Amino acid sequence: MAESSVFDLLGPVMVGPSSSHTAGAVRLGLMARKILGEQVQKAGIVLHGSFAETGKGHGTHLALTAGILGMQPDDEGIRRALQIAREKQLEVKFEKGDLGETHPNTAKICLTGLNGKRIEMTGSSIGGGMIVIREINQFPVEFNGEYPAIVSVYADYPGMIAEITAVLAKASINIAKMKVSREGRGKRALTVIETDDIVPIEVLGKIRKLAKVEEVIFIEPMN
Amino acid sequence: MRSCREIIDSAQEQQIKISQVVLNDQAEKMNKNQDELIKRMTDHFLVMKDSAARGLTGDWHSQSGLAGGDASKMEKFRKKGKTIIGDSLNKAVARAVAVAEVNAGMGRIVAAPTAGSCGVLPAVFLTVQEVTGVTEEEVVRAMFTAAGLGMVIAERATVSGAEGGCQAEIGSASAMAAGAAVELAGGSPEQIGHAAAMALKSFLGLVCDPVAGLVEVPCIKRNAMAAVIAMTAAEMALAGVRSAIPVDEVIDAMASIGKQIPCALKETAMGGLAATPAGKRIKETYLAE
Repeated sequence: MAESSVFDLLGPVMVGPSSSHTAGAVRLGLMARKILGEQVQKAGIVLHGSFAETGKGHGTHLALTAGILGMQPDDEGIRRALQIAREKQLEVKFEKGDLGETHPNTAKICLTGLNGKRIEMTGSSIGGGMIVIREINQFPVEFNGEYPAIVSVYADYPGMIAEITAVLAKASINIAKMKVSREGRGKRALTVIETDDIVPIEVLGKIRKLAKVEEVIFIEPMN
Repeated sequence: MRSCREIIDSAQEQQIKISQVVLNDQAEKMNKNQDELIKRMTDHFLVMKDSAARGLTGDWHSQSGLAGGDASKMEKFRKKGKTIIGDSLNKAVARAVAVAEVNAGMGRIVAAPTAGSCGVLPAVFLTVQEVTGVTEEEVVRAMFTAAGLGMVIAERATVSGAEGGCQAEIGSASAMAAGAAVELAGGSPEQIGHAAAMALKSFLGLVCDPVAGLVEVPCIKRNAMAAVIAMTAAEMALAGVRSAIPVDEVIDAMASIGKQIPCALKETAMGGLAATPAGKRIKETYLAE
């Protein structure tokens, strides 16, 4: 374990029974909800590996649903998440599946929003409640929700990344990490930029206004 | 937090408690003032206290239906006045099981150091507080001693069952609790090291073999045993009993043993109790639902 603190050893405060199968699963659901960015109407979830094998006894399905509903990992409403989802007319479907050579605690979450927006996110719960997001809308990504993150989708063309980072530089926002991927040369591309500070709405607006930018999602860090 | 030796020496040189050494270190590293850290730890203590109380009274059953109801059996038995381990140890056992049952029943707990081992520290803190009459603030401060020991274990070895077997989870919790109990009872920094060493030695080689892969069998009952061993190790250290092997070397041995434990016995539910006929039957019944 790298550079732990007292609160890694005595913490987190969470709903049991397992930090990886429960707390981490809530955070995966929360992350998918944030990426969708609107009220969720429908959720389809594929459970892989240990999530599929032992998920039921660990309440993994409840935890993922709770996250999609916006609950935090220490919310005791988690165990009633499926019931709450029904009350809120959120349709949730689970299936077991093989997501390939990946961490045993991995899930693919497909969400449809109230306005018809659709996203697909694959993420793993890697222990101690920590998560890694591996794919968004079939673009490979890699971030963990510890830093604020800007996800931008745009048409791949020379100078696009420089334009986005220039907006951040002008606003004195430091980039911590960055990952770029694309469907192919000249096709759609997706960039995840993790920053040291929260990015103000105006700055995100400026990125959205750049030519060729399709979409910009800002994800606040998880606590 | 590289070694317990450094922490013990530092406490002795400055003539302060180990909890204060850890608090000083963390306040500096996290760039926070100490009151803020104590406040946050107090919140965690209150969650621990709450989970122990709720586990004793409420109706907690796990999703699988395997776990629940054992903490209150301990409490009822104690009230009959027929305890053979004495009221304090009986209460420690009841509290450890209570918190672990709340965890299995999807209630709120503090991972200490993990969710699977969450019952040990609350059981020992609350029982030692009752026996010694120390204040809540003193208990919260002793939590930094427990966390400091845990940080050394995490750095030199691991606190993950998947990585090091159950010794890494429940053994670490027991060692952390033993050290903190010595501080609460007024023992020396040196005695804290001996208590942690003696507790951890009792769990060396313990494998992680959960039936059906759930944090229930044998995890919940092991929380009880780890609490009792922590109190026993603390009592021995307070009496002047010393560990022949220094605590840091016990931790290194735990790390080395963890690497040698085969994968089937590290949280994969493929060996040990999980692979017994009864364990397999439970899994089948449960998966058939």
